[in-house]
Amino acid sequence: MPELAKSAAAGEHAHPGSARASEALQHHFVDLGQQREAAALGMWVFIAQEVLFFGGLFAAYTVYRSQYPEAFSAGSHHLSWKIGFANTLVLIGSSLTMAMAVYSAAIGKKNRVVGFILATILLGSVFLGVKYFEYAGKIAPCLGDGPHAGCLVPGEHFDASALHLEGAEGGHAQIFFSLYFGMTGLHALHMIIGVPILLTIAFMASRGRFSPEYHTPVEMVGLYWHFVDIIWIFLFPLLYLIGAH
Amino acid sequence: MSGHLAPESQPTHPRGHAVSWKVYLAVFAALCVLTGVTVLVTGFDLGPLNLVVALGVAVTKASLVVLYFMHARYSPRLTGVVIAASIVFFAILVFLTLTDYLSRPWPLAAAG
Repeated sequence: MPELAKSAAAGEHAHPGSARASEALQHHFVDLGQQREAAALGMWVFIAQEVLFFGGLFAAYTVYRSQYPEAFSAGSHHLSWKIGFANTLVLIGSSLTMAMAVYSAAIGKKNRVVGFILATILLGSVFLGVKYFEYAGKIAPCLGDGPHAGCLVPGEHFDASALHLEGAEGGHAQIFFSLYFGMTGLHALHMIIGVPILLTIAFMASRGRFSPEYHTPVEMVGLYWHFVDIIWIFLFPLLYLIGAH
Repeated sequence: MSGHLAPESQPTHPRGHAVSWKVYLAVFAALCVLTGVTVLVTGFDLGPLNLVVALGVAVTKASLVVLYFMHARYSPRLTGVVIAASIVFFAILVFLTLTDYLSRPWPLAAAG
């Protein structure tokens, strides 16, 4: 690993104003550069694992969509592309504020780091709130004794007539909605986990724990948040935009 | 680049993220435009090409996020190896699964 060796050599030149930074250096690393690269590599390996974690669902989606294109198209047309489109912009916006938080940390603007992370949390919460109402519209008709018209949760109350499907096609549409809930649910779970992590980092930033020399935690939570954004970038067209509208 | 380091001690990779915030704004704008494109394209019936365009746009958007927001462009080569490995293994997962499913009678229950 030549990069590690070179940054180790660079570490000989300590610079002033980094008392916090030297506090952050763990004893088993040569310098902060090596420590940061080790953290980044670990985070990327974690993300590679996450790709395969979601990959199983994407593989299942590919198999079933190739077999039941009509049912997937009907299910997709029932989702509101306008809501999905708006939520995509919200999530991309949260990636922008996250990138700006990391940038602000790199140039040592503490208050901006806190502000941008809080903006990221706000946008993420808007996304999750919209997702809640999307889910509620599909789940609410399934509850109670009623006729269950419009119920789109796979199971005995699933209402295929809401999708203008009959017989076996209705069953195939249940597979679409199983994948819809599974994939968007796993994605939303990642965001729900991300919010308290972001809050922690914002708190650490407000306490002056980061500096231009050391702000690795801000960068690492940024990598996580951007990865979650990428998952949605694929989910939006695959779930909301099947076929011509 | 980390401007506070003397040139002779400059690491081979930028650590302080030379990327200007303007780059992030430009990437954000590109991502918004591409999201609009992928929605607009669904207004036309291109047959199988609809899926190709949708995935092409998604891959382009993901690449922008990885390269700029996630700094892959300014990261050590080892990071690139990990990213490439994740793509290769995902491709193996999907490809080998499909070689099995697409070469069998469907639905599976009828075959058994």
